[in-house]
Amino acid sequence: MKFQTPAGHNPIDRMSVVGQPLDRIDGPLKTTGTAPYAYEQHDAAPDAAYGHVVGAGIAKGRIRRLDIKAAERAPGVLAVITADTAGPLEVGPHNTVPLLGGPEIRHYHQAVALVVAESFEAARAAAGRVRIEYEAHAGAYDLEAARTTATAPEANAQMGEPDTQVGDFLGAFADAPVRLDETYTTPDQSHMMMEPHASIARWDDGTLTLWTSTQMVEWCARGIAKTLRMDRSKVHVISPYIGGGFGGKLFLRADALLAALGARATGRPVKVALHRPLIANNSTHRPATIQRVRLGATRDGVITAIGHESWSGDQPGGGPETAVSQTRLLYAGANRLTAMRLAVLDLPEGNSMRAPGEAPGMMALEIAMDEMAEKLRLDPVEFRIRNDTQVDPENPERPFSARPLITCLQTGAAQFGWQRRDARPGRVKDGQWLVGLGMAAAFRNNLPMTSGARVRLDGDGRITVETDMTDIGTGSYTIIAQTAAEMMGVRMDQVEVRLGDSTYPVSAGSGGQFGANNATSGVYAACIGLREEVARRLGFNSQDADFADGQVRSGNRSAPLASAAARGEIVAEDRIEYGDLHKTHQQSTFGSHFVEVAVDGATGEVRVRRMLAVCAAGRILNPKSARSQVIGAMTMGVGAALMEHLKVDTRRGFFVNHDLASYEVPVHADIPHQEVIFLDETDPMSSPMKAKGVGELGICGVAAAVANAIYNATGVRVRDYPITLDTYLDRLPDVA
Amino acid sequence: MAGSATAGAQALAKGSEPAPSPPRSLEPVHSRVRLRVNGTDHDLEVDTRTSLLDALREHLHLTGTKKGCDHGQCGACTIMVDGQRINSCLTLAVMHEGDAITTIEGLGTPDKLHPMQAAFISHDGYQCGYCTPGQICSAVAVLEEIGQGIPSHVTADISAAPSLSADEIRERMSGNICRCGAYSNIIEAITEVAGRRA
Ligand code: FES
Ligand code: FES
Repeated sequence: MKFQTPAGHNPIDRMSVVGQPLDRIDGPLKTTGTAPYAYEQHDAAPDAAYGHVVGAGIAKGRIRRLDIKAAERAPGVLAVITADTAGPLEVGPHNTVPLLGGPEIRHYHQAVALVVAESFEAARAAAGRVRIEYEAHAGAYDLEAARTTATAPEANAQMGEPDTQVGDFLGAFADAPVRLDETYTTPDQSHMMMEPHASIARWDDGTLTLWTSTQMVEWCARGIAKTLRMDRSKVHVISPYIGGGFGGKLFLRADALLAALGARATGRPVKVALHRPLIANNSTHRPATIQRVRLGATRDGVITAIGHESWSGDQPGGGPETAVSQTRLLYAGANRLTAMRLAVLDLPEGNSMRAPGEAPGMMALEIAMDEMAEKLRLDPVEFRIRNDTQVDPENPERPFSARPLITCLQTGAAQFGWQRRDARPGRVKDGQWLVGLGMAAAFRNNLPMTSGARVRLDGDGRITVETDMTDIGTGSYTIIAQTAAEMMGVRMDQVEVRLGDSTYPVSAGSGGQFGANNATSGVYAACIGLREEVARRLGFNSQDADFADGQVRSGNRSAPLASAAARGEIVAEDRIEYGDLHKTHQQSTFGSHFVEVAVDGATGEVRVRRMLAVCAAGRILNPKSARSQVIGAMTMGVGAALMEHLKVDTRRGFFVNHDLASYEVPVHADIPHQEVIFLDETDPMSSPMKAKGVGELGICGVAAAVANAIYNATGVRVRDYPITLDTYLDRLPDVA
Repeated sequence: MAGSATAGAQALAKGSEPAPSPPRSLEPVHSRVRLRVNGTDHDLEVDTRTSLLDALREHLHLTGTKKGCDHGQCGACTIMVDGQRINSCLTLAVMHEGDAITTIEGLGTPDKLHPMQAAFISHDGYQCGYCTPGQICSAVAVLEEIGQGIPSHVTADISAAPSLSADEIRERMSGNICRCGAYSNIIEAITEVAGRRA
């Protein structure tokens, strides 16, 4: 089905199942520990051997000598895989650096060996007996130091142009009566999903089956096929449950490749989980940025010049963190400039983490907006409202498909009690605590992606949906069942959803908050095909047939849905594809974040007391699971504001705090009750579901709202994330 | 292909170069242990290096208990041993001879949910589900601990019975990381169960 014209009235509009806050259908399995994740497929691979990964001990250089003899002789060891013995390997389409290093080493903890043994304990012990001598080379590990060497990255579809200009930014900025020119930094961050990257590989007659934890089943399948130089059709990827990803499991990683190599070498299934201390440096991360924001405005708060430049680094062949992308679309302003510069760094490879681009970009832009509002003596909510735009500011011919940013801001302000905020910082005390309120806008684009599905109707009237879509905690199982139930007019318990298997039609997968809208639209398309076939078999006109309560009705005729499949199962398959609507209309999601913090006047300890997000993201397919996506993103936003920081050892070139104790993420005690409001919105330009994404909108702006609240509480402005005690303790106001 | 790499200890021993036998200290030591898991006795023969977590997951195939870090940093492996919650990655299986162990599988099943499991579902106190068994085991134990009058870091008056406040629950649950960030919903689920009990 090609989606080329705005959606009219369709069966989803009934909203009898879609749009309802239903419990997740995978809940009983997940809460009882009976949902099998990648490493737990004992039935599929009962005789699996265990692989343990050895990571490189230097950041850049060569292996001079790799001695695996002692490891091979260790008890229980079946094989030791290295680049020497693995056979020829290519680099997968999404990978920047080879997943198995040697002799050249490209980054710290790049995998250099896999030790396969009869038991986990034996594999781990033997891995400690691999002896490696390195020849370390000098590398670049410090973004600030490499900043002057950064160059404009090549334009591509995902990133757009590295430089954009509208009007005369420099002239307008110079002429503006009120100006802001500040630089902000965001650190390297780690996804730290709770389930480590994990895979089991099994070979049967040249066909590889991989039980793995991946967000994008097809990307993983293509990645392993390319890397092993084999036919894509000889790869079967299975990923029914994924213990979190956040961008860290978008494509083939070392666990899957090494499990496949280990299984090929031993003739046994092999299971590999990256051990936690390896993950931060072995896998991908969100790259650090340096961002300069310049704003020029008239005295009454109309932005006349808006400029945003960002510097980031990556491995040779890698890409930039696209931190300026929201600034091209979020606020009005006749004169505009954005620029991205990319330095070559020899740190582990950078890649997507929840809302790549916008998450760190909004961390800078939304502090800048707060600072500018203060210079203008304007309320920060009002300042944003004054600079709203209903069209793409770079191309006014192009309207937004829907853009209720002002409603998000006003609803949030009213709900949060924003009018009680004292704009003068450091004025509100609660015992030992300095209390402040902060806010930020939220923004993230909607991405249309082709997505396929197959639906089956059996003689009992049951519907089965098959798609290689994944559920990484996002609620895919549930919203797909809701879509099929609504389309076919059956109860939720009459729908079975099968996900995460590369033998099913290729879906959008989970990433970029594009999963829910596209995957359900693919299911919608397949269900339209199934409805037509059902109507044909029943002799009804498919155009006016109504599917509800297990019945199909047309005019005054009616038949049970199941009767259409009385002579055999009916199967329909289709995919959603998109025309030009996202080109003629800018499709984005909007929101606002409001935060109250308390800062201990003596110790500087920050406590987040209240949080509210207001989101406009098209139709909300399931308000319960969508709300969870948003509170989860808000939580990660608090982490970004206050603690998350992969610390770089700039001499030896690695992330020092590479485990879950030293890379701090929010815990229960850090997070208050969180409120989420969804605006009632349907976007007929986005898809037949009229939905957009929400899982990343929820993180965009949160960290800045926290930073702005800390400023309001204390009068201390911190422009370098995360806002830890050492960045402001000496600047706290004197305690009386 | 990777033929040379497949050479294990045996293959090397057959080679021309006589391979020295591994030093004694390398040979794994196995030991028998009886674990009473969810009311059923299991007799296991394990490598003494096997953590209680791996004994459950890899030997008994009770994979509801999760491995997030294997270092006591995340809480995904939380189980109850003789009524007390512990991180099962931080203890060896052979240290638990005869101990009564309760895992998530012992609390309830999809058809017969424990009230805490049901509350997690109705409050959507999870997303990816990987921290969830640990959260639920911890939550059950937290209510027991509060019931027993055990104070926490945030208990204002340690001579009085600790309250079932959200702050008490948050503090006590803080060893269980949820990277999906379901905390706000988890607290609501636990509070509901606590209220039902109180
Ligand atoms: S796996 Fe035991 S605490 Fe993380
Ligand atoms: S539900 Fe994913 S880590 Fe908690």
